[in-house]
Amino acid sequence: QESESENRLDGETASDSESRSEFGGSSAVPTSDDTPEVLNRALSNLSSRWKNWWVRGILTLAMITFFFIIIYLGPMVLMMIVMCVQIKCFHEIITIGYNVYHSYDLPWFRTLSWYFLLCVNYFFYGETVTDYFFTLVQREEPLRILSKYHRFISFTLYLTGFCMFVLSLVKKHYRLQFYMFGWTHVTLLIVVTQSHLIIHNLFEGMIWFIVPISCVICNDIMAYMFGFFFGRTPLIKLSPKKTWEGFIGGFFSTVLFGWLLSYVMSGYRCFTCPVEFNNDTNSFTVDCEPSELFQLQEYNMPLVLQSVVGWKTVRMYPFQIHSIALSTFASLIGPFGGFFASGFKRAFKIKDFANTIPGHGGIMDRFDCQYLMATFVNVYIASFIRGPNPSKLIQQFLTLRPEQQLHIFNTLKAHLVDRGVLGSPEDA
Amino acid sequence: EVDLEERLYELDLRSDSDVPDVPPPTDSTPEILKKALSGLSARWKNWWIRGILTLAMISGFFLIIYLGSFMLMLLVLSIQVKCYHEIITIGYRVYHSYDLPWFRSLSWYFLLCVNYFFYGETVADYFATFVQRREQLQFLIRYHRFISFALYLTGFCMFVLSLVKKHYRLQFYMFAWTHVTLLITVTQSHLVIQNLFEGMIWFLVPISSVICNDITAYIFGFFFGRTPLIKLSPKKTWEGFIGGFFSTVVFGFIFSYFLAQHQYFVCPVEYNSETNRFVTECEPSELFQMKKYSVPPLLQAVLGWETVNMYPFQMHSFALSTFASLIGPFGGFFASGFKRAFKIKDFADTIPGHGGIMDRFDCQYLMATFVHVYITSFIRGPNPSRLLKQLLILQPEQQLSVYKTLKSHLLEKGILQPSLRG
Repeated sequence: QESESENRLDGETASDSESRSEFGGSSAVPTSDDTPEVLNRALSNLSSRWKNWWVRGILTLAMITFFFIIIYLGPMVLMMIVMCVQIKCFHEIITIGYNVYHSYDLPWFRTLSWYFLLCVNYFFYGETVTDYFFTLVQREEPLRILSKYHRFISFTLYLTGFCMFVLSLVKKHYRLQFYMFGWTHVTLLIVVTQSHLIIHNLFEGMIWFIVPISCVICNDIMAYMFGFFFGRTPLIKLSPKKTWEGFIGGFFSTVLFGWLLSYVMSGYRCFTCPVEFNNDTNSFTVDCEPSELFQLQEYNMPLVLQSVVGWKTVRMYPFQIHSIALSTFASLIGPFGGFFASGFKRAFKIKDFANTIPGHGGIMDRFDCQYLMATFVNVYIASFIRGPNPSKLIQQFLTLRPEQQLHIFNTLKAHLVDRGVLGSPEDA
Repeated sequence: EVDLEERLYELDLRSDSDVPDVPPPTDSTPEILKKALSGLSARWKNWWIRGILTLAMISGFFLIIYLGSFMLMLLVLSIQVKCYHEIITIGYRVYHSYDLPWFRSLSWYFLLCVNYFFYGETVADYFATFVQRREQLQFLIRYHRFISFALYLTGFCMFVLSLVKKHYRLQFYMFAWTHVTLLITVTQSHLVIQNLFEGMIWFLVPISSVICNDITAYIFGFFFGRTPLIKLSPKKTWEGFIGGFFSTVVFGFIFSYFLAQHQYFVCPVEYNSETNRFVTECEPSELFQMKKYSVPPLLQAVLGWETVNMYPFQMHSFALSTFASLIGPFGGFFASGFKRAFKIKDFADTIPGHGGIMDRFDCQYLMATFVHVYITSFIRGPNPSRLLKQLLILQPEQQLSVYKTLKSHLLEKGILQPSLRG
C-alpha cells in the first residue's frame, strides 16, 4: 500500500509550476506569501507570472549586492555571515524534520538538536582557531589550556549530549526519537562540516572563497537563462525545468566567467593573500608577497588557438588555469547538489525549504549547490595547491620528545642535502 | 488533513505500537550443542549456551592476540564489515526496501570509499618506508584526499541518478541510514586500529574492561540485583552497575600490571620494511617503567605499606575502566533503545545465545573513541613519522625555513650541540 499512496500523491507534484498555491494542501510545510508590501504594490498591475519573475530578479540583485558589501567589509564579517547561514540552514532542515515527523513536542529534542549544533561548531572552531591563531592562543593562559585539551573537551561535551539523548528516550516515542537523532546527525554532517570548509578556503585567500561561490551562482543564473530562451530537451526527471541546452550553455558561460573574474581578482592582494591574524593590531590582515599562482606569466598558445586568436603567447595568471577546474566542477557536478535537494523536496513533499527569501524560498534553496563546491575547493587546495601548513608542523614538532625531534631534524637535513637545497653537511 | 494522516500511516509514525514486527531471527545454535544440552531445562540450556559461547569468544580473542597485530587488524576489519551489514539489513527490513534499485550496491560502495579514505590516511603513515619505495603508491598517497573525494562523489551522483519517482522518500531514508551507520561503525573501527598501533595494551585493556564490566555487572545483577537501573533495559540493576564498576576497576588495574611488563604489548607497532613484518620492539616509555609511589595515608593504614611499586600506566587504567563502567553502558542503552524502536530482539543471529556481532560490540564503540581522544590529549603528541612525511612534501624554500627554525630551537634547548655541527 505504500507505493499506492506515493503514487496517488506524486501525481499532484508531477507538474512543476511556479505558483505556490497548488502545494498548499499537501505540503508538510505550509508556505505563506512573504513578499514585502512595497514590492506587492509596485508590481500589482503585472500578471502573476511576470510578477514572480520580477520578484525573483529583484531579490537576486539584492543578494548579489549584499554579497559585495560583505566582501568589502572583510574576512571577519564574512566568517560571521557563513556562521549565520550555517545556523539558518540547520534550523530549516531540522524544522522540516519536525514537520515530517510531527515531532515538535518530543521531550528534550529541540534543546538536544541545538546542543549538538553547538558542540560540533565548538569542535570545528577550536580546531580552526588553534591552527590560525596560534600565537594568540599561546599567549593567553585559559585559551592555551582549552586548545591543548580541545579534543577531550569537545568529546566530553558531545558525550554529555549523547547520554542525555539516551536518558530522554520515552517508551512510546522510541522510533521517532531515533529518527530525529539520525536526522540531526546527517544535517550536522552536511551543514556544519561544509561551512567550516568554506572558512578554511577563506583563510587560504578570499579569491578561493569568492570565485567558487560566484561560479555556482553564475551557473545557476546562466543555466536558467539559456534554458529560458533555448531550452527544449529535458535533463533529468527529477527537475523538469532543467534542460540540456541550459546545462551546456551554463557550463560554457561559467567557464568564461570564472576565467575573467580570476583575471580581475588576481591583481589585487586583498583577494590573493592568505588571511592572517596580526597579533599587534589584533585584526585580520591580507598582506603578503603574492605566490606564483598570482603572478603573470607568459604561456605559449596551442597552435589550434593561435590561428583563431592571432596571438603567439598570452599573459595570464596560473590561477586562471585552476579556475577552469573550479568552474567545470561548479557547472557539471554542482547541479547534482541541486538535484539532491530537489529529490529531497519531492520525497518530503515540500516546495521550498522555507520561505525566508521571497521568490526564492529558504536559505538552503540558494545554497544547495554550494555544499559540494566548498568540499571540492578544500580538497583541491589540499591536494594541488598547498602542502601542509609549515607553522602548524613547527607547532607539532615542538611538542615531540627530544629524541624524536633530533631524529626528524637529521632526516630533514639529510633530505635537504640530498636535494642540494643545503650546501653541504657542515655548512648548515 | 485526511490526506496527511493516510500518507503518514505508511511510516507508522503515530505510535510505536503500530509498527509491524520484524520477523524474528531463526535459531542458529549448532546441532552439537543442542544434543549435548537436550537434557536440561530451557533456562539452564540458554545459560549454558551463552556461557560456552562466551568462553569460545574469549579464547578466540586470545588466539588472535597471539597471532599478532596484522591478524588483529583483519579481525577488526571483518567485525566492522559484519556490523555494517547487520545494521543495513535491519534498515532494509524496516523500510521493506530490499528491492530498491541500486541500493545494495551503493551501500557497499560507500563502505568501500570510506574505508579506502581512512586506510589511506592512517595506515599510509605507518607504512611510510614501504610506500617511499614504490612510485605508484607515492602517487596514490599524494593525491589521496582528492581520489577519495572523487570516489565518494561518484557514489553521490549515482545515488542522485538512481532516484526513482515512487521511492524518493525511501531512498533518502536509506541514504541517511547508510551514512549514519558508516559514521558509527567505520570511524570507530579505524580509531580502534589507531589505538592498536599505539601499543597493543591500548587495544586490549579497554576492550577487556568493557567485556569484564558486561560479565561482572551481569553476575552481580544475577545474585544481588534488586533496584532497576533504567526503564530502557529492565534487566539492568543498580547493584549490578556498581558491583560491575568496582570489579572492572580492580580488573583493569591488575590486568595492566601484567601486560605492562611485556614489550610485545607495550611498544608501538611498527612496520619493518626489511623483514616485511610488524615488529613491536622498543625502549618502553616512561609509562611502562616501574615507579615508586607513596601510598596516601588513608590507604597506608588499611594496607600497611608506605610505598608501592607500580606502573604509571595503571593510573591511566583507572580512567579507562571508569569510562568503561560508567559511560560504556550508555552505548548499550542506545542499542537497546534502537532495538525497541525497531521492534527487533537482536541485531542478527550470528552468535547463538548472544545475537549478532553488534550486540556484543555496542558498548565498545564509545570506548574506542574515548581511548583515542584520551591518548591524543594526555599521552602522546603528534605522530613523528606523519610529521616527517608532511615535512618532506613541503616546497624546498619552506623546508629550508622550517629547518632553520628547528635548528635554532634545538640549539636553544641544548638538544643539538653547536660545536659538532649536528
